[in-house]
Amino acid sequence: MNDASAGEIRIVADRLVKRFGDFVAVNEVSFEARRGEIIGFLGPNGAGKSTTIRILCGLLRPTSGKAEVAGLDVARYPERVRENIGYMSQKFSLYNDLSVRENLRFFGGVYGVKGERLSKRLDFAVDMAGLKGREDALVADLSGGWKQRLALGAAVMHEPAILFLDEPTSGVDPESRRRFWHLIYALAGEGVCVVITTHYMDEAEYCNRIALINGGRLIALGSPGELKRSAIRGEILLVEGDDPGAILEALEGVPAARDVAPFGSSLHIVVDDAARDVAAIEARLKERGLSWSKIEPIKPTLEDVFVQLVGGDGARGAAQ
Amino acid sequence: MNDAPKPSIEARNVTKRFGGVAAVEGLSVACAPGEVFGFVGPDGAGKTTIMRLLAAVMRPDEGSIAIEGLDAVADPERVRSRVSYMPQRFGLYEDLTVDENIEFFAELFGISRRERDERAERLLAASGMTPFRKRRAGQLSGGMKQKLGLTCSLIHTPRVLLLDEPTAGVDPVSRRDFWRILYGLRGEGVAIVVATSYLDEAERCTRLGLLRDGRMLYCDTPARLKTLMPGEILAIASREARRARDVVAERDGVKGAILMGDGVHVVVDDAARRAKELEAALTRGHVEFDEIERIAPSIEDLFVALLTGEKAR
Repeated sequence: MNDASAGEIRIVADRLVKRFGDFVAVNEVSFEARRGEIIGFLGPNGAGKSTTIRILCGLLRPTSGKAEVAGLDVARYPERVRENIGYMSQKFSLYNDLSVRENLRFFGGVYGVKGERLSKRLDFAVDMAGLKGREDALVADLSGGWKQRLALGAAVMHEPAILFLDEPTSGVDPESRRRFWHLIYALAGEGVCVVITTHYMDEAEYCNRIALINGGRLIALGSPGELKRSAIRGEILLVEGDDPGAILEALEGVPAARDVAPFGSSLHIVVDDAARDVAAIEARLKERGLSWSKIEPIKPTLEDVFVQLVGGDGARGAAQ
Repeated sequence: MNDAPKPSIEARNVTKRFGGVAAVEGLSVACAPGEVFGFVGPDGAGKTTIMRLLAAVMRPDEGSIAIEGLDAVADPERVRSRVSYMPQRFGLYEDLTVDENIEFFAELFGISRRERDERAERLLAASGMTPFRKRRAGQLSGGMKQKLGLTCSLIHTPRVLLLDEPTAGVDPVSRRDFWRILYGLRGEGVAIVVATSYLDEAERCTRLGLLRDGRMLYCDTPARLKTLMPGEILAIASREARRARDVVAERDGVKGAILMGDGVHVVVDDAARRAKELEAALTRGHVEFDEIERIAPSIEDLFVALLTGEKAR
């Protein structure tokens, strides 16, 4: 069963706030995540994703609000929370000058995994990473995809109930990424609750639910399909032509076009009403003497949703 | 004007070896002005080596490379004046401000103050960086560093722009800003080459070259490459994704099934025919589902299908 709604609750964030001086990094964030669920944190750089994760890992105390992880209050029992969670960051935190086995032993030791359990978990992690027969290889000699799978193995040495992954697939290739997601799904299938941050929309599509975070606030929460169906105002028109650069420039001045963005060799235009506004788009292109091969309404992509909800100002403001 | 304008980039049979291992082998590719060409492939496929060869910072062992008709091997200096290369980690000076970094690179390329100010203003505005001109580069977020790198790369007017993984770690809004600038350059006839492993980025290129082990296995527009996809994809929206997968995975005509956030993506031989069969099977298995629809393959789907097939050969 993967029915996330049926699983027990593993994470509760209740009006979490974190201030650094005057700066509100996390602002009234509330959500729940269940056993077996994969929840994706999406947001611009500096939106508060990592700060929220650090609070949930018991590494930072919230200024106000409450967080429970594995049924434990993170502010009161940070050590016990950490026994129940695994954490993997984009930098993988593996030791390059140690072998595969030595790294896993080290991380097992950090989490207090000993004796027979340690050797069992070591086998499991090696197997999961696909590194059987290469236990003595130095991590420095592994390519990005292998390192990534090994880091995941290291993060689950102690069989955590909750796994936090902070941009884990930065800089790995598509095949490795797909294999990685296969592993994530296997862990979720065994009941692990996974929280993952990413900048990539194709990756967000793998998540059961997406929490869109901007300026410290949780601005949307739902499955990828729900967000695409209902989170966006207006409709999207796809425009294709020989000179997308010129089309982009021409359409930026059309009042009906609320936003114009390059997307592949085509453009996505946000309008209030696709059926009505197509005329204004065509008129402007004709007026400029630009030809087009296609103008049609399409379903919004996750990127369309993200850009509309976060907006230009959000991304820039958050960095200030 | 000729009917066929001089290609911005023309590489013929280029091979580069490192200690006997070919990092790039027999690569031939031509890019026209205004084109955005994407090299995509797994780690170690040769993407970065190709960028360095095209930037004339590395010489090929065999073959020829011409940038706007200039021989990159015989005349690397002149080639470099027309090319701008943004490596994965662009060498910004972290203790200098945004403005000071731009000044530095402008001087390096011998750009006049007036031209520099004009370009810097335009590029910074286009990328939303204007409020941060006095900030030190070391204090910028990852996305802003990338945008500053691009601004510095474009402070002179290159004819060919080479970008190695330009938006790794950059959020989607910044990525759109980035691409808006690139689209502006296309209009000026600049040829752009991007090395990337993200399909968000690959989808934006006018043509793609799929690399593996230093060889270019496929080269075409994203739309035409997608027609090479063996099979079609059905998306099943279901809250019981795992059960849905188990029910459909072993059925006739199903080549693969992967779990996605909203359900399962199933690769089938014939979408129209199998959709009905899968629907019936799910109903019989009492698996709740909302809909089954045919979706276009993504570049990632294609990639995995083509490269996996290639490996198996």
